[in-house]
Amino acid sequence: MKAHGIVHKYGDNVDTDVIIPARYLNTSDHKELASHCMEDIDKDFVNNVKDGDIMVANMNFGCGSSREHAPIAIKASGIGCVIASTFARIFYRNSINIGLPILECDEAAKDIDAGNEVEIDFDTGIITNITKSKTYQAQPFPDFIKEIINKGGLLNSLK
Amino acid sequence: MGMTMTQKILAKHAGLESVTEGQLIKAKLDMVLGNDITSPVAINEFNKNGFTDVFDKSKISLVMDHFTPNKDIKAAIQCQQCRNFADKYDIVNFYDVGNVGIEHALLPEKGLVVPSDCVIGADSHTCTYGALGAFSTGVGSTDMAAGMATGEAWFKVPGAIKFNLTGELNKWVSGKDVILHIIGMIGVDGALYQSMEFSGEGLKNLSMDDRLCMANMAIEAGAKNGIFEVDEVTLDYVKGRTDRTFETFKADHDAHYNRIIDIDLSAIKSTVAFPHLPENTKTIDEVGKIKIDQVVIGSCTNGRYSDLETAAAVVKGKKVAKGVRAIVIPATQQIYLDALRNGLLEIFVEAGMVVSAPTCGPCLGGHMGILAPHERAVSTTNRNFVGRMGDTTSEVYLASPAIAAASALTGYISDVED
Repeated sequence: MKAHGIVHKYGDNVDTDVIIPARYLNTSDHKELASHCMEDIDKDFVNNVKDGDIMVANMNFGCGSSREHAPIAIKASGIGCVIASTFARIFYRNSINIGLPILECDEAAKDIDAGNEVEIDFDTGIITNITKSKTYQAQPFPDFIKEIINKGGLLNSLK
Repeated sequence: MGMTMTQKILAKHAGLESVTEGQLIKAKLDMVLGNDITSPVAINEFNKNGFTDVFDKSKISLVMDHFTPNKDIKAAIQCQQCRNFADKYDIVNFYDVGNVGIEHALLPEKGLVVPSDCVIGADSHTCTYGALGAFSTGVGSTDMAAGMATGEAWFKVPGAIKFNLTGELNKWVSGKDVILHIIGMIGVDGALYQSMEFSGEGLKNLSMDDRLCMANMAIEAGAKNGIFEVDEVTLDYVKGRTDRTFETFKADHDAHYNRIIDIDLSAIKSTVAFPHLPENTKTIDEVGKIKIDQVVIGSCTNGRYSDLETAAAVVKGKKVAKGVRAIVIPATQQIYLDALRNGLLEIFVEAGMVVSAPTCGPCLGGHMGILAPHERAVSTTNRNFVGRMGDTTSEVYLASPAIAAASALTGYISDVED
């Protein structure tokens, strides 16, 4: 499995309130949530994002509210993978549970710039920055989590 | 090697003799919680995946507290979906307008969580119940759906930071100031993936409301959970609220901590977190002159009886400053009733404050007190992120009920003595 796209870059402590503001939580419709994704820190995101694009951020991505609407909005907006130096733990498990690929890689998070073209190989954890002709090695998933992803999310893995 | 409090509780619920940091386990759950925002997503997943029954109808709590009383048609439909699910599966702990309270004030009050329980909730502030010596953590809606279906959840066993408490709080200083002080010290990711364990001889000087407030904000330091050692204060609180029996666990003497931090409660001053992160703290004497437009006293952090009592003591016989809108939100119907009977609501109304029904409302910018561009609020809630309470240019300053009440009277962020 691979992801390949253009990078949308953010900083430290991107919280779930700015990923999807609470005023839109009166729905659980994925497309409607996606239409407001990142609205409070990047109004242009929804217009610029293309299927398969990559989101890159620094420390503590997805902190704050446990709203699963946040990874749902990111996934439904077409993002193929989120790379960050670190993730807030609830966001991390929510992403795994709904099948949004996310990778922790401090080196990649720091070095990749907005607009870079990036390719990710989830089997090896290798992130390739095509624009900069560089590669970075991400933390591979533990087997337990691989199994959830391979079975198509947490609920499918319980069946 | 010895285990922390959290590790002992997780080991017990996983049916293991011992666990170590980083180990992946499956644990049995004593309670699975959701609210009117997160439950609909969980219910959709539950139905979509073909589950036909819940693991235990008495171990699920559905609390309609965020956008209630229904703020708009979409919010009403979400509550309707939860209500239908609760009816279909005969969910015992379904709380709707009339008996609802803010979830993290309500569950402890109703005796639905006891020491050493293992609890998940599709709400990040589920970590509140660590005040009772339970392992309790926030998850998402898919975890909630899985929990409702199977009664189990997977966890990575966390390491811990130990907070060794000594001394006693000064007048007008509360648990809110202690936790803001700690978040200011370690940062919003200072306890990422870890437990925050609170113990020490100062513990006995913290009320249950102080502990609930502190455990509530463990997530604002990135923690998986916050947990307090069980003592007489805990047992007194739980007594009469439940007939369940429970074990209590203390950390082993040789438990490993990634960090040990001494906190002298008597040295802590009233503390305010500036926009837009809970770690941007200043003590009240460093704040300067900051004009405000709104005050909110309430939430799962600070909407309990003692919080209202403190606020009432500050505003009694006085008037809210011109140009300030002050909103008081008792966290549960019981707190509302107690505040009514004891004259607190009268004090608030006479001071020019408005008293709302229990709701999370303004804390997350839902309803009941949304901010216009460039407005500033002092709030006893737990988050001050960009746009949290309204427009993205508005600002939220997090503080204790005492500071919020004092600020309502002056129109500036103020100490009680000002």
